[in-house]
Amino acid sequence: MARMKFLCDADRCIECNACVTACKNEHDVPWGINRRRVVTINDGKPGERSVSMACMHCTDAPCAAVCPVNCFYTTADGVVLHSKDLCIGCGYCFYACPFGAPQYPKVGNFGSRGKMDKCTYCAGGPETDLSAAEYGSRENGQFTGYGSNRLAEGKLPLCAEMCSTKSLLAGDGEIIAQIYKERVVRRGYTSGAWGWQTAYRETIAS
Amino acid sequence: MARMGLVLRSLIAALCLWLAAAATPPAAAQQPTSVNPTAQSVKEQELLKELQKIQGRSSLPDARTRVLEQPAGREWRQFHQVTLRWIGAIVILGMLAVLLLFYLIRGMVRIEAGRSGRTLVRFNAFERFVHWMTATCFIVLALSGLNVTFGKELLTPLIGPEAFAGWAQWAKYAHNYLSFPFSIGVVLMFLMWIAWNFPSGTDVRWIKEGGGIVGKGHPPARRFNAGQKMIYWVVVLGGGAAAITGYLLMFPFYATDVSGMQTAQMVHGIVGMLFIAIMLAHIYIGTIGMQGAFEAMGKGEVDVNWARQHHSLWLDNEIRKGRASGGSVAPAE
Repeated sequence: MARMKFLCDADRCIECNACVTACKNEHDVPWGINRRRVVTINDGKPGERSVSMACMHCTDAPCAAVCPVNCFYTTADGVVLHSKDLCIGCGYCFYACPFGAPQYPKVGNFGSRGKMDKCTYCAGGPETDLSAAEYGSRENGQFTGYGSNRLAEGKLPLCAEMCSTKSLLAGDGEIIAQIYKERVVRRGYTSGAWGWQTAYRETIAS
Repeated sequence: MARMGLVLRSLIAALCLWLAAAATPPAAAQQPTSVNPTAQSVKEQELLKELQKIQGRSSLPDARTRVLEQPAGREWRQFHQVTLRWIGAIVILGMLAVLLLFYLIRGMVRIEAGRSGRTLVRFNAFERFVHWMTATCFIVLALSGLNVTFGKELLTPLIGPEAFAGWAQWAKYAHNYLSFPFSIGVVLMFLMWIAWNFPSGTDVRWIKEGGGIVGKGHPPARRFNAGQKMIYWVVVLGGGAAAITGYLLMFPFYATDVSGMQTAQMVHGIVGMLFIAIMLAHIYIGTIGMQGAFEAMGKGEVDVNWARQHHSLWLDNEIRKGRASGGSVAPAE
């Protein structure tokens, strides 16, 4: 099986935020939650770099390790998913995540968190693939499901698929790493695969 | 003439070749084939070496999205999954073992002179209400807190993941909502008992003589002896620390960022484990550990002979004020 990963080529990202918008639209992500975001470092200064970031679907994911109810699971494709039926909204995954991926809709008073939501790599959740329950609906201001399941349809995550500069790559880790390496050789420079050391404990041609 | 021309021509040719050879390398270096735009760009690993987190600007209105990466969660994960479990297991099981051993060796501390049959008020209704409100909240908070640290390993194999998640959801609600009456209880205890809980000279003697529990004698004590004062300060300071760190976690980003919440959770976890262990000792001495102690917080009245044995200075004072009848009393029939 493939081991799915994300790779953002920071030398190509133009901070257009189309990945952010496409993700919100594709999954009907509720207000206040952003499964993907673009962060610009050293904005306006020489050496500025923009990086598109979401859940990196880590190897040995820290969120899954600290979850007090074991609501996380890793698919055969290496995608880290979770069950909103089991999630109790405690916030522990969000303390552990290096990429700020887990987020909670605010429900009720006293800061009670709803069910955690994060990037699913467009792979849905534990429900039957492509079912209405998997896509989810809005109940009491909460998003019950996970959005669309493009992986089950044989498609890659939309954020990467529609990236105009092909900065954001998604797919089998070995293949996207190879594409990135070829780019680096051809253009003669690299600023490294952002987040890979933290998420996968590996680097590419940096 | 022709020969001269030939020599000249070859000289010029040689000169040209030499000039070309000398000039070519610098000329090529001045016209690079590519520009390296990353030469002065920010590098992830360099940033991470300098900073705990990489932060930038995001066009999204949510300030939280500005943080790109913060790998510190790894250390926190190690704390939560390994360190805290060891701390909890050692202090709680260790305390239970010590208490069991102590009970087997020392047994219940009896009222040596027997019951006098006459009582005096030790805690009024309001004091008992505050105590039991805080105590019941504490028990629920302790169990639901332990559930977060140990529940998935201990309970999931027994009841299955769905039932465990359902129970954990209610435990979380209980933990969040009961924190409010618990915090109010801690504040009320702090205010209503502070007057009797400053350390004093009698405490030194009480500790030296082992409080009459470990040793043989019965050191004098006022309303609260040194052991009870320690419990008081554990509740006030530990409860205060647990409440503050707990509210930081319940209301994310109001006062601190994610790394602050990791620290808050570490303090909350350690304080909680120590708190539970110390409260086990408190529950022990208030129930099976000492005859006549539970009624102080139960009925609110204690036997005069119990008071003489454990709080002689307090009893003398109460007698002086006419709240109790003194004198050496023979055991009741």
